[in-house]
Amino acid sequence: MRQKYSAFRLFREGLRGHKGWKPAWRDAEPKDRYDAVIIGGGGHGMATAYYLASEHGMTNIAVVEKGWIGGGNAGRNTTIIRSNYLFDESAAIYEHALKLWEGLDRKLNFNIMMSHRGVLNLAHDDGEARMLKRRVEANRLNGIDSEYLDAKQVKEFCPPIDISPDARFPIIGATLQRRGGVNRHDAVVWAYARAASALGVDIIQNCEVTDIKTEAGAVTGIETTRGTIRTPRVASVTAGHTSVIARMAGVRLPIESHPLQALVSEPIKPVMPCVTMSNAVHAYCSQSDKGELVIGAGIDAYLSYTQRGGMDTIEHQISALLCMFPQFSRLRMLRQWGGIVDVCPDASPIITKTPVKGFYINGGWGTGGWKATPGSGHVFADLVANDEPNEIAAPFTMERFYSGALVAEHGAAAVAH
Amino acid sequence: MFIIECPYCGPRDQSEFSYGGQAHISRPTNSEALSDQEWAEFVFIRDNPKGLFAERWNHAAGCRKFFNCLRDTATDKIYAIYKMGETPPQIDAPELKTPSGEPAFGSGNDGTKVAVDQTAGKESA
Repeated sequence: MRQKYSAFRLFREGLRGHKGWKPAWRDAEPKDRYDAVIIGGGGHGMATAYYLASEHGMTNIAVVEKGWIGGGNAGRNTTIIRSNYLFDESAAIYEHALKLWEGLDRKLNFNIMMSHRGVLNLAHDDGEARMLKRRVEANRLNGIDSEYLDAKQVKEFCPPIDISPDARFPIIGATLQRRGGVNRHDAVVWAYARAASALGVDIIQNCEVTDIKTEAGAVTGIETTRGTIRTPRVASVTAGHTSVIARMAGVRLPIESHPLQALVSEPIKPVMPCVTMSNAVHAYCSQSDKGELVIGAGIDAYLSYTQRGGMDTIEHQISALLCMFPQFSRLRMLRQWGGIVDVCPDASPIITKTPVKGFYINGGWGTGGWKATPGSGHVFADLVANDEPNEIAAPFTMERFYSGALVAEHGAAAVAH
Repeated sequence: MFIIECPYCGPRDQSEFSYGGQAHISRPTNSEALSDQEWAEFVFIRDNPKGLFAERWNHAAGCRKFFNCLRDTATDKIYAIYKMGETPPQIDAPELKTPSGEPAFGSGNDGTKVAVDQTAGKESA
């Protein structure tokens, strides 16, 4: 039933006034009962639904979304893709995601505008350079492409950068992951929605979950603003509001919610050929295909669900950017926004089943959930279908906070929190 | 961004303060008897409500003293400021209509919109 997108199709529709396109996915009405319900229609939620349907044969499932799909954090991030994490556990899950990203547009027959333009992680002092070199070696041992560049090579790879030694925070080197890059967030959500919908998944928008019903320690259904839905399995993928959803089932999590701000400049001619990230002065920057510079920074320190954050954080973000790219000082900023991120004490996600039978949580991705989208959905679908985490997801269960086997990725998370 | 009224220095911009996390967490006195799960509760697990929250702030760029604050995390509205060691005052904070506190289908977070008093300043003008 789903239309195949192709150059021929585009050409034919071009000749016919583009009147033959059909909606990419069904906007479904809620049914009384599903085999599983996924809360949250962002990238991770849609990917979870797609892999549940395509790899585990669960097609009587629904994705419920309080707003519109992709309208939450999926539409509020800086779309950076990379897998150069230090520890084996993180490297495994982010590399799993990166491998899925590489073939995703062909698999889903949707142009997600994936651009493997390379990601630079900058070093501003000797200590940082040493840590980054260590990470390069760790990456290579895990089969992840990674290299270390000196300042001159950084300048060659990214010409607009200022590497003068008398800068306030001089750039002395950087790691480069060439397979890293950016893509188009809306396209990813739509691509997964289209593929999942074609497999029979109900995508229910404008449907906020208000309660999770349990009986004898097991999930029996959910209450929503569009009525009651009975289901034995509920999978929460609601970045930013994971604690709010978990509390409905009586589960407490080691998660705090903070605003994370980003902004975009007015569109300019191509100037940034790659993604640059700086952990120490703290800003990351890429250029969108429209020509806007997309600029991100660290989280606001205080716990908040207001999607705006403080002006002082933007000030830090801009001053950090200008330390590295002085020529951007006359650029005007078009808009700024804040998303709410779930931050875990060890800067790693939580992918877990809970003491409530049939209630699963995927959250706590902190500031770096986007890059994990396909991998996160893939392993979470596995957990929901089999009730046991697979090898990649196992290190990220709640157990680690009791056993002490934390995956402390503050360094490689590359965002101040 | 919001203004915080330091109980020692008066109202100052939020950027002068550093955040101290959830208030009223006390270290367990029977630490040797705690299970791993109970330790994890104390070390890692905090309330993370969308709504009224008791938290600590430190006036880092001022008197450098800690104090407590009752703030609504859905709106950033501050309901009370009180000193360390004091019990939190009773507050009648409005309940959120839905868990997200946002319109079911809209353009973002209505809870964050700043209420502007249209009549303010008109009488003197």
